[in-house]
Amino acid sequence: MSEAAAVKTHDRGAVHADQLEPSLTPGNLGKLGMWTFLVGDAMTFGAGIAAYGALRINNPNWPTPADYLGITTTAIMTFILICSSVTMVEALDGVQHGRQSKFQTFMALTVLGGIVFLGMQAFEWHHLIAEKGMSIQRDLFDATFFILTGFHGCHVFGGVVYNSVLLIRGRMGKLPQAKAGLVEIAGLYWHFVDLVWILIFTFIYLI
Amino acid sequence: MTTQAAISSYEVDHSGPNYIAVFIYLAILTGIELGVYATGLPHVAKVGLLIALAWAKAVLVAMYFMHLAMEKRALALIAIIPIVLVTFLCFMLLPDLTTRMWTKFDHKIKVTNPAEMGAHPVAPPPVQAPIPQL
Repeated sequence: MSEAAAVKTHDRGAVHADQLEPSLTPGNLGKLGMWTFLVGDAMTFGAGIAAYGALRINNPNWPTPADYLGITTTAIMTFILICSSVTMVEALDGVQHGRQSKFQTFMALTVLGGIVFLGMQAFEWHHLIAEKGMSIQRDLFDATFFILTGFHGCHVFGGVVYNSVLLIRGRMGKLPQAKAGLVEIAGLYWHFVDLVWILIFTFIYLI
Repeated sequence: MTTQAAISSYEVDHSGPNYIAVFIYLAILTGIELGVYATGLPHVAKVGLLIALAWAKAVLVAMYFMHLAMEKRALALIAIIPIVLVTFLCFMLLPDLTTRMWTKFDHKIKVTNPAEMGAHPVAPPPVQAPIPQL
């Protein structure tokens, strides 16, 4: 290799070293990981809702959802999820500022919101199955309804477990201010669950 | 800088969005959604309005509760990817939606045994039209 070529290579290497993105650190790895997961999860929900739309448009006999589904109940469920998103950001605010009691109170309220949501969904499903005769095997209207709301319900259940673990860690004194990032990451998941329900409420129930 | 000073400056710097205001906007938009749902608007207008309102709420949640408004733009670009891909998916489904034979006819489903329909008379399973002989 000539001397000129060596200098050129060296120069190019130096420029690249300066321009490289900083390495993933524990400080940003978790958040990026959660966002990557959420992007994949959003694709799953998006494909499910798109498939629902395709099936519905193709079927001139598709019933009006409101004739079967309770709009009032689900509007209350929507409101509860929005409230639990607010309690989640308040819990994050608490742990970020080292106020453990605020964190624990609002995280407990967030978990409670998720449990109430799941309870109302169980009540709704029981009503639809036992009293209105709906079944995942009966037709596409029923199948798409149970799959989309059920998949979302599984996410809420996962979020309740996730948040409960953080709440227990907080109560055990293992969630100091320095680890507030863990709550922020959990918050990303919880708000995503809220965001998806907002879309499901519109596409499955209202339209 | 002492630890206490660091915490104090952290507290000053960490002035997030007004979450209560976002909550109020979300509650108002949900109320408007229910209002639009209950009105006698033409179906197309109602669907368009409801979808727009749902997206407005979703954007509020993503921007403020999920802090996208305060993050680097690269993260917002990552978050937009699923929306772009699902939009493509919808366009990819369009040929199927527009060429189904059974959507081009007045598709009446014959109920041979009404008892089988149960309490769900207006939601019979979709029946695929027979493939036309070439």
